[in-house]
Amino acid sequence: MQSITLRGAAGSWNASPSPHLRDNVTTRGLMRDVCVALLPALACGVYFFGWQALRVVIACAVSAVASEYIYQKLAKKTARVNDLSALVTGLLLACNLPPTAPWWLCAVGGAVAIVLIKQIYGGIGQNFFNPALGARAILMISWATQMTTAMAAQPGVMTGVDTVAIATPLAMKYADASPAPFTITQLFLGNIPGMLGETSKLALLAGFAYLLARRVITWHIPVTFIGTVFILFTIKTGVIYALDASGAAESAQQALYQTLSGGLFLGAIFMATDYVTSPIHPWGKAVMGFGCGLILFVIRAFNPAYPEGCSFAILLMNLLTPLINRVFRPRMFGEQPAKPKEVKGGA
Amino acid sequence: MFSAVAAAREYRFPGGFHPRGCEQAKALTSSAPLTPFAPSDRLILPLSQHIGAPGEPLVAKGDPLAVGQVIASIKAYVSAPVHSSVSGTVIDIAPCMLPSGVAVPSVIVQNDYEDRWDPSITADDSPESRTPARLRERIREGGLVGMGGAAFPTAVKLNVPEGHAVDTLLVNGVECEPYLTCDHRSMLERADELIDGATLTRVILGAKRVIFGIETNKPDAIKSVRDAIQRRNIPECTVAELPVRYPQGGEKQLIYAATGRKVPIGSLPVSIGVVVLNVATTIQVSVTLRTGKPFIERAFTVTGRVREPRNLVVRLGTLVSDLVDACGGLQPDAVKLVLGGPMMGVALSRLQIPVTKGSSGVIALGAEDDIPDESPCIHCGRCTRVCPMKLQTTMIDMYVRKRRYEAAKAAGVMNCIECGACAYVCPAKRQLTQMCRVGKRMVPLLVK
Repeated sequence: MQSITLRGAAGSWNASPSPHLRDNVTTRGLMRDVCVALLPALACGVYFFGWQALRVVIACAVSAVASEYIYQKLAKKTARVNDLSALVTGLLLACNLPPTAPWWLCAVGGAVAIVLIKQIYGGIGQNFFNPALGARAILMISWATQMTTAMAAQPGVMTGVDTVAIATPLAMKYADASPAPFTITQLFLGNIPGMLGETSKLALLAGFAYLLARRVITWHIPVTFIGTVFILFTIKTGVIYALDASGAAESAQQALYQTLSGGLFLGAIFMATDYVTSPIHPWGKAVMGFGCGLILFVIRAFNPAYPEGCSFAILLMNLLTPLINRVFRPRMFGEQPAKPKEVKGGA
Repeated sequence: MFSAVAAAREYRFPGGFHPRGCEQAKALTSSAPLTPFAPSDRLILPLSQHIGAPGEPLVAKGDPLAVGQVIASIKAYVSAPVHSSVSGTVIDIAPCMLPSGVAVPSVIVQNDYEDRWDPSITADDSPESRTPARLRERIREGGLVGMGGAAFPTAVKLNVPEGHAVDTLLVNGVECEPYLTCDHRSMLERADELIDGATLTRVILGAKRVIFGIETNKPDAIKSVRDAIQRRNIPECTVAELPVRYPQGGEKQLIYAATGRKVPIGSLPVSIGVVVLNVATTIQVSVTLRTGKPFIERAFTVTGRVREPRNLVVRLGTLVSDLVDACGGLQPDAVKLVLGGPMMGVALSRLQIPVTKGSSGVIALGAEDDIPDESPCIHCGRCTRVCPMKLQTTMIDMYVRKRRYEAAKAAGVMNCIECGACAYVCPAKRQLTQMCRVGKRMVPLLVK
């Protein structure tokens, strides 16, 4: 408790600065909500990729939580495992790994996310990269083979031993150009190859709806992010195809294929909205979403060697977040517009 | 008709929220009528109960006192005299520790229960025919200060500075703090005096209109004030029904909600032609101008974990402990005592403190309202969304803790109204409001 006890003549009373009422929302509660919101996506991952996916989820979660606990013990810091933020990082990391990832890869990923990206910068609230995405990037560079092994979805087949190496929808698209190897419905439901938690857009949207309903996040980043990608691809594909009405429909179809592929929904809903590494102001969030969308578009459209650009788009915008926060300072209530001193900012 | 026009457009001040359990907390006392509390044996009258220069004692140990007798002089312009609230004898003049932590010289009075009034107090049959300057003088002599909490001398507020014109008197009947209902009860039970005080104040200011700002969670108060306006047929008065949102009772927030005008940063409401008075103050204006009685008693809510929550009319200087006793005492699970509202009030270390001009109630809180430990900021932005002044309090919090007072000033800490909204919503339970308070005290000392 923050209150100190004051001893008066007729007893002792708690004392603390006002306000003396506090909302029920806690850091732990928010993190719990994120975990709940991830459940549909994780469940779809296990359904499509079998028990081995569950193994990845557990390994990542245990590694992240244990790393947090051990680091805080060794560094003699306040133990904060109970705030569930490490669990969120673990689950998000699992979503960003292939369902075939070996257990040691998961363990290294969890430790890298918590220790290297979060704790050594000061712990919760102090990191400038999204921990799960930072870890994914490091794993990607270090163990490219294991990280890019995709497997075909086998809905409901819970054996999960016979890994079928298969290209992701985006990789296939670059290999074969059109026609699209998967239907839009498949991309939406998630029975496609891909990372553990990214394939089912339906499940991710369910999580998004839950986060919005619980007022954990706002709509700004996911909507601007996904919207930017869709519009840019519509323009790009439209330039090539749309000479008549059916061409326009085709270009929209192509843009939708791009939008529903890869890690875009997972990234836009769960990764780019991380409080610590995204801007506070609504306009700042919009800039974050637009920037992510633009970078993702550039990576996907102009770099065929690397079809999946979502995590790097978000990591780059993470780095710009402090700058965006500085630019979009809200104007105080009653503040006169256009004071010349305005640009000074937070000094 | 008038009110329909006034309500045509809703102005929504930035930020704000609805405190949880506000209605239940208010329901404890919202139907408890204002009950006079018989003055107790001994009262403590601090000689400074207002913002501004403190008064000098005019009485000495052993002196007899009459009700309404001036016991603290006023020399400075921004100041207010203090009057004896009972008749009796001065036992002592000694420092008394007020909840703010400041020891203030105080007159300690032994009540003789004769209720003998100072003979110099004279009623006025027609204050309407006096000049504004004369009425202001009566208000000044009556020791009136803002009764909503800030305790700014009313006569100073009503003296419109050269070069400004006030067209609107705004009467603050919002009472947006949970638990407190003394303004609500006053609007129900003393609506005629309220309208009278508002009309007299309007004349003093030379204002064209009076707006009563009341939140829609007090429909009976809205009706009561409307009925009183109708009875007296005063077309200059209207009621603005405001949607419930904390901190609507903040001066700048209320002005915007009721008139659509924004007070520029660093300016006073008078610069945009508005003066705001609290409901209780407005009633006191009527009392003082008509009867000549100075400000010696006020409505006071005793609520929370007391056995019988009540609204009392108490003489200033009455000990809060006497009032709690009159309400059946504390419940055994009360662990915290708050003077004022739960959002902006001050935690007490003891109940043996006097009711002063700015105190509106005492609340006993239980262990479930204990403040959990602070944890690191997660940059969720809730404090920024809820701030009615649109400050980024998490940044101010960081600057103040790092003693970067210049950065805190640049971030606007001096414009914080200390409403508590940021700390209320913070999931990390950080003491954001307190850090803003620290910043507000340190910046003038350390930043040029």
